[in-house]
Amino acid sequence: MTAVIEFHGVTRRDGDVVRLDALDLTVCEGEVLALLGHNGAGKTTTMKLILGLLSPSEGSISVLGGAPDGAHAETLRRRLGYLPENVSFYEPLSGREVLEFFARLKRVDRRQVDELLEQVGLGAAAKRRVKTYSKGMRQRLGLAQALLGEPRLLLLDEPTTGLDPAATRDFYDTVRRLRERGCTVLLSSHVLPGVEPYIDRALILGGGRRLALGSLETLRAEAALPTTIRARGRLEGADWQRLWSESRIQARPLNGHEVALSVPADAKLAVLRHLTAHPGVEDVELLPPTLEHLYTHFSAGLAPHERGDAQ
Amino acid sequence: MNAILTLAGKEFRDGMRNRWVLAITLVLALLAVGIAWFGAAASGGLGFTSLATTLVSLATLAVFLIPLIALLLAYDAVVGEQESGTLLLLLTYPVSRTALLLGKFLGHGLILGSATALGFGIAGVVIALGAEGVALGELAAGMGLLIVSSVLLGWVFIAFAYLISVWVSEKARAAGLALVVWFLFVLVFDLGLLALLVSVKQGGDWLPWLLLLNPTELFRLINLAGFEAARSYTGLTSIAVGGAFRPAVLLPLLAAWCLVPLGLALLRFRHRSA
Repeated sequence: MTAVIEFHGVTRRDGDVVRLDALDLTVCEGEVLALLGHNGAGKTTTMKLILGLLSPSEGSISVLGGAPDGAHAETLRRRLGYLPENVSFYEPLSGREVLEFFARLKRVDRRQVDELLEQVGLGAAAKRRVKTYSKGMRQRLGLAQALLGEPRLLLLDEPTTGLDPAATRDFYDTVRRLRERGCTVLLSSHVLPGVEPYIDRALILGGGRRLALGSLETLRAEAALPTTIRARGRLEGADWQRLWSESRIQARPLNGHEVALSVPADAKLAVLRHLTAHPGVEDVELLPPTLEHLYTHFSAGLAPHERGDAQ
Repeated sequence: MNAILTLAGKEFRDGMRNRWVLAITLVLALLAVGIAWFGAAASGGLGFTSLATTLVSLATLAVFLIPLIALLLAYDAVVGEQESGTLLLLLTYPVSRTALLLGKFLGHGLILGSATALGFGIAGVVIALGAEGVALGELAAGMGLLIVSSVLLGWVFIAFAYLISVWVSEKARAAGLALVVWFLFVLVFDLGLLALLVSVKQGGDWLPWLLLLNPTELFRLINLAGFEAARSYTGLTSIAVGGAFRPAVLLPLLAAWCLVPLGLALLRFRHRSA
């Protein structure tokens, strides 16, 4: 696995404000990495550093084999795609004209323009002016723009804002196809349940610092969050809390015929065995901690001013 | 180079689409024809009077209008793209910042240039066809000089608009500053110079040289200094009739005036954080 992005102790300061604090990060080819964090956590700063729009105050960055803010930028920029968070394209132009403009700037074959418009589902609206586009259509146009020239690295800042569920699914299908071709994808998102199935690893940032980095399994192991087990059936009368000798297992009856158990990972099987042996239990549901739980867990240690909209 | 042409082409197409080119052409053509026809209205006459009067009136009109149009056309060139988020995107494309600004300048310059040439050109043709006893050679030369100097003047103020646009971070502020620049160069400078002229009792040989500090004065000198008839209209420029103040010297000076703000804008843009 070749490293596409390498951060070594990267710090970025704007005056007295530390935007990013000694970040170490390696992203390999064909990986999908999610950047998660509150507003002002350093997500956009990280992207701008990768794009070479900002230079690090300390430390070094290498993207596709060179520093993105130096002479390497010219070659680098032809091989990466970027979708900024808030972008409104030239409204008097049509969707196709906008894309043709960007294709020419990137020196990409213009036949790709129509293909990409089809691919993001704007084929029918290609001749309409961007002014008449909905938020979702603009977002898809932005995505088409980022995909120009078959980039090796894709940076997507909040790519699914404004997309309906079907379009979101289409979007992640596109991401998966790109990844199969060996494209590396970095995406930041607030919509945590949406990204979970599609990412390889997540980087959780808070107050400019790296709070956690790893695959969902790694993060789960690191956080050691309890799994929730829900049991349903004829459960009246049983004192669930007293059934477990361990205090680590928390039982919470939801109603007369349902109970939620909070169970540490290593006790999971023991509890399951116990439940299956119980005559009243009809159904058991296993709910491992989601990305959202992990995110809450890892950002819990932050001071309030770091967690809020500190800009 | 390709990137510059791409950017210029897009800017020009924007100008065509949101009717900038059409509007500027029409305004200039209508006003120019109007001035040519009603130029004698003050003295009770109607119809075309003399070429000199017409050209002087046209130049006086252009000196107010062209800078205003140029500033309005281009004040949001950079800050507007920044507000809509496309600037950030453009900076991640394989295009240098210098090329970005030069491409836009070329596009805006083409919009203003073609509209001015067309507008005044139409007026010139109308005068040639409609007025009696006009020496066509003189008309062509006078109109040609007016068009060339107007276009240069427009480019100077586009460059000023860019300098404003790369300096501020809000569109509204850029618009305000553009009006201030127009006010200073077109109105205040003149008044200040006039006051100075009146207050300096003797030895004011250096005063005419102050005219070179303002591109609109250069424009006036180019178009007015050649005409006897212009003396009574202009007052100020009459102090500057000397060997150095010929169009052949003044035109390059006006062109140089456009490079100064453009160069500063480029410097600023390259060191501006994204």
